Parts: sequence; C-alpha cells; structure tokens
Amino acid sequence: MSVLVFADSSEGKFKKTALEVVSYGKKVAEQLGTNVVALTVNAADSSELYTYGAEKVIAVSNDAFNTFNAKQYGAIVTEVAKKENATVVVVDSSIDGFYLAPMIAVHLEAGFATNVVDAPSNTNPFTVKRKAFSNKAFSNTVISTENKVIGLAKNSFGIHENPVSGTTENFEASIIDSGVTSENIEKVTGKVTIADADVVVSAGRGLKGPENWGLIEDLADVLGAATACSKPVSDLGWRPHGEHVGQTGKPVASNLYIAIGISGAIQHLAGINASKVKVVINTDAEAPFFKAADYGIVGDAFEVVPKLIEKLKAFKAA
Amino acid sequence: MKILVCISHVPDTTSKINFTESDTKFDTNGVQFVINPYDEFCLTRAMWFKEKQGATVTIVNVGGAETEPTLRKALAIGADNAIRVNASPTDGLQVAKELAAVVKTGEYDLVLAGKESADYNGQMVPGMLAALTDFNFINGCVGIEVDGTTVSATREIDGGNETLSSSLPIVIGGQKGIVEEKDLRIPNMRGIMMARKKPLNVIEPVAAEIATNIESFQKPAPKGAVKLVAADNIDELISLLHNEAKVI
Ligand SMILES: Cc1cc2nc3c(=O)[nH]c(=O)nc-3n(C[C@H](O)[C@H](O)[C@H](O)COP(=O)(O)OP(=O)(O)OC[C@H]3O[C@@H](n4cnc5c(N)ncnc54)[C@H](O)[C@@H]3O)c2cc1C
Ligand SMILES: Nc1ncnc2c1ncn2[C@@H]1O[C@H](COP(=O)(O)O)[C@@H](O)[C@H]1O
Repeated sequence: MSVLVFADSSEGKFKKTALEVVSYGKKVAEQLGTNVVALTVNAADSSELYTYGAEKVIAVSNDAFNTFNAKQYGAIVTEVAKKENATVVVVDSSIDGFYLAPMIAVHLEAGFATNVVDAPSNTNPFTVKRKAFSNKAFSNTVISTENKVIGLAKNSFGIHENPVSGTTENFEASIIDSGVTSENIEKVTGKVTIADADVVVSAGRGLKGPENWGLIEDLADVLGAATACSKPVSDLGWRPHGEHVGQTGKPVASNLYIAIGISGAIQHLAGINASKVKVVINTDAEAPFFKAADYGIVGDAFEVVPKLIEKLKAFKAA
Repeated sequence: MKILVCISHVPDTTSKINFTESDTKFDTNGVQFVINPYDEFCLTRAMWFKEKQGATVTIVNVGGAETEPTLRKALAIGADNAIRVNASPTDGLQVAKELAAVVKTGEYDLVLAGKESADYNGQMVPGMLAALTDFNFINGCVGIEVDGTTVSATREIDGGNETLSSSLPIVIGGQKGIVEEKDLRIPNMRGIMMARKKPLNVIEPVAAEIATNIESFQKPAPKGAVKLVAADNIDELISLLHNEAKVI
C-alpha cells in the first residue's frame, strides 16, 4: 500500500500545486500508516520534493513526454500506481490535472473525488470534504472503493515542509498511442497566470472601457499579480476570454483577490470565493461585493487605484 | 455524423443553495433547474454541425423524471431525440458508466459533454467516458472542427491555447468558446411545439456500481463584516493587508 501523488512540473520546474499535493499526500500517508510516493515527469531536480515529505520519488524522463498528453500521462500515472501498489492517488486541480485524473480513476477502478479541500476526516470510511455547488457549499463525500483518486483544490491544504531523506528511482514508462496530437501551443509569456498567481487583480464594468485597463495592469505589475475580469467585460471584448473569472469562467483561489468596479453578482462570487482575502473597490456602498469582502473602499476606481499604485510602490521599495 | 450531447440538469446559477433532512439532501424547493451552462455551449455547437455539415443530434441525461423539462428544452433548441437513463446520478463514475453504455449502443461519432457541471462540479464525466469507451479525448475545448473523420480542436491551457488534431470517434469536454455566448439559442415557439413530438426514450440503467456517496452537506462559515477603509487612507489598507491579512 502507498499514496501516490503526481507532482506536475512545467519546463522542468515544479508548480506550487505540486508541492501542495506532496504535502497533502504525506498527510494522507501518515493517516493510513504508509508512505507517500511522488511521480514526476521530466522534472529537472526531483529532490526538492523530499522537503515536503516524499520519501520516494519516481522520476520519468523521456522527450516523448515533453508536451502534456492526457491519455499518455494518465497511462504513466496508472502504470506507476499499479507498480507502487498505490491505493490513493492525488492530483492537483490544474487544467491538466482535471484532464487526466478521470482517466486514472477508470483505469484503477477508483472512486474519484474532486475539489477536495482538506485531509480526510476519517479513513474508514474514507471521507473527504469537497467544494460543491460552485463554491456555495461543501459536501462530505465517502469514497467506498478500494482505490481512490483525489483531486486536491488549489490553495486549500497549503504547502507544508516536512523534510525526509528521500530517494529517487528512474522509471521507464511505456509510450502509448494516444490518438491526439499537439499541433501548436500559444502562450502569453512573461505574464503571471490566474491559476498560478498569489494575487489576482480583477476589474469589471465599472472601469468603463478597455482603454482604462492600463490602471489595472499597473496595479497588477506592482503586486506581481495576474489580471482578471468579470464576465461582461470579456463578453464586450474589452479583455480576452481567458481572463473571465467566476462560476462560468476560471476559478480563482489566490491569497489575495482585488475586485475593482465589480458589483459582486452571485455567479462572480461563486468563482472567486475560494480566495483567502478579498478587497473591493467600488463607488456604490450597496454593491453586494462588500458583503463578501474582507476589506473595502467605497470610492471611485479612477481616484483610488492610482493612489494605491503609488503607495504600493513606496511600500515595496521600503 | 452521429452526435451525442450529454446534458446535466442543474440549479440555475442564481440559486440560493440550501439543504434539508439534517443537511443530507439538497433542497430543491424554489430552485429553477436549467441545462448546465457548459452543455448549452456544446448543444449549440452540435446544432451548427447538424445545419452546416449534416448530423443527427441525440441528447442524453442520467436522471429521474424531473429532468424531462430540461430535456424538452434541449429538444426545443433543436436536438433530434432524447434519451433519459432512469437512474439517480450519485457519482461521476456511475454516471459515466451509464453514458458509456448509451455511447456503445448508439455508435456515436462525436460525444460532447460540458467540462464541468454546476451542481457537484465533478469535472470527471467526460474523461471517464473517454476512458470507458476508449474514444479519443479533448477536454477544456474552446473550438472544434470536423472534416470527414478528422478532428481539429483547440483547448485552453494555463495562459493560452493548444491546437490539437485527432480523429473520430471522440469525446469532447466543452466550454464557452466552442461557440460564442451571443450564438447561444433560446427555444422559439415553433421549436417548443416540435419538441413535444420528438422522441424521448427512457431506458433502464446498466446498474453501475456507486463509488462515492455524499454523506452530508455544509455551508461555508458565515463571513465577518467587511472592514471599510476611507478612500483617502490608502496607507491603512496597505497596513491591514501587510500586518493583519499578511498577503502582501
Ligand atoms: C448563467 C450566467 C453565468 C454567469 N457567469 C458569470 C461569471 O462566471 N463571472 C461573472 O463575473 N459574471 C457572470 N455572470 C454575470 C453576472 O450575473 C453579472 O452580470 C456580472 O458579474 C456583472 O459584472 P460587473 O460587476 O463587471 O458589472 P456591473 O454589474 O455592471 O457592475 C459594475 C460595478 O462597478 C461599480 N462602478 C461603477 N463605476 C465605478 C467607478 N468609477 N469606480 C469603482 N466602481 C465603479 C458599480 O457600482 C457596479 O457595482 C453570469 C450570468 C449568468 C446569467
Ligand atoms: N447525470 C448526467 N447526465 C448526463 N450527462 C451528465 C450528467 N452528469 C454530468 N454529465 C455530463 O458531464 C459533464 C461534466 O459533469 P461533471 O463531471 O459532473 O462535472 C456535464 O457538463 C454533462 O455534459
């Protein structure tokens, strides 16, 4: 028996969610009285994972696996899970994590719980707390199959150091015919993505028009933040679709979410309320967002934001 | 081309979420149910294929009789026929196994499902369905073209898009972008009339095993009141974010 975590990396470097799933896997392994095994694919240096409790790392490296392919990656995780007798497999909630995990669940005949926010409250029956109804509630879900796959919600369990002296084993994974070929990847480079960001600066229709987004970008720059927007803003074409956050857009689970000129409609809040700290700037003291926020300024974005940028610059410089 | 669109029947996005029976059941009282928003995008794309390239469009739901108005709405939008698998959808793997049985019997070429459903947010059914049928699979799809049996699709990745090529048969997990918001269809009077006569076949489940079960629900802890900072006192906001919230 073991707990297997898939520690996803990008261009050889571990993502933050990888460290979080290792931390989580370590915790579950302790609860089950077993070890955690971390699987890496084409990561440059796996030893970083020892810090978070991975006693054993299985390192797969092969140029054939340079671009993510769901079926192929699913097959690798399945192969390693079987080899390591893993009864629990943990993946992150990234776009790719959600892409491959359901296939692993089928291959392992495992019950699959996604959006899990905490360590199991009980291991027999195996019970986990999950987000449900677009973050408007939680469910306590029992997984009754022998094998279990867990999709860990981002920024929920946290990253915990737990240094162990680990070992790394290289593993030659089988290459399968996945039926899907990557033709082209288009990525904005040098920009923090919403999925990776600790801080997200988001703006809504209160900004009046696309020409005013310089303000939002400047604020995001000072904070090293990703930029996001409400749905109407992307529908109007003021900002790209990829920035639309909310129930029907991207989920945000950052440490800090700053909402500027966003009213706080239920569909917007559903997608962002997993963020730890919410700040709202809005001219209307009655805007529903103030009920969901931790800190608020009732004021005009065009006056408040430039001041905020200036003060933050001074703060960062100090 | 034979297209199957998987439709999940979910609370309207504005719904207030409450529970009954000591927090073990979702309270459907006063809740309006709709076609899952992601499935609506998929259905609209299916209609496009039907009109532009010729295809039959079947919709399927795993659920009780209460989902039939949602299925009729999808028929009114233009699907040709509907299948309801008469089982209570408890778990993603169970639903996927029921759908896989439908896919195999109907020999569909293109299976469209939403990338996630707005109720239990499993984000699992399309991937499981692909694995169970051994069809090709593209998730988070924001664009798809089919030429003969060749599929070209775009999916969203972190910070951008990836273009992929594949072939039929395929399962697609779709989202906004597969069609644009403005192209979504609202059923018209004629569609509604026609939908009444379209076949809605109720079939019995293959009785797939249930792998996960919800024991209870819980609402998030109530939020403390917002701390308001005066617009001319930005220093205080920065100090609160730094010293109290510790996020900058
Ligand atoms: C099925 C469905 C799904 C949806 N999904 C989403 C989703 O995923 N994400 C999402 O965001 N929305 C979603 N919506 C839309 C949602 O209901 C709201 O319409 C939307 O969030 C409102 O966007 P907004 O706050 O930018 O605009 P508005 O509601 O127009 O609010 C603008 C705000 O800006 C304030 N303001 C104006 N001027 C200033 C100024 N100078 N300085 C500061 N503040 C100012 C105003 O007081 C107001 O509160 C969905 C709707 C439906 C029906
Ligand atoms: N009960 C169901 N009946 C038919 N299709 C479903 C059902 N549940 C989920 N789906 C499909 O699977 C997609 C993803 O759902 P989920 O995995 O539950 O988040 C949905 O958008 C639907 O297309």
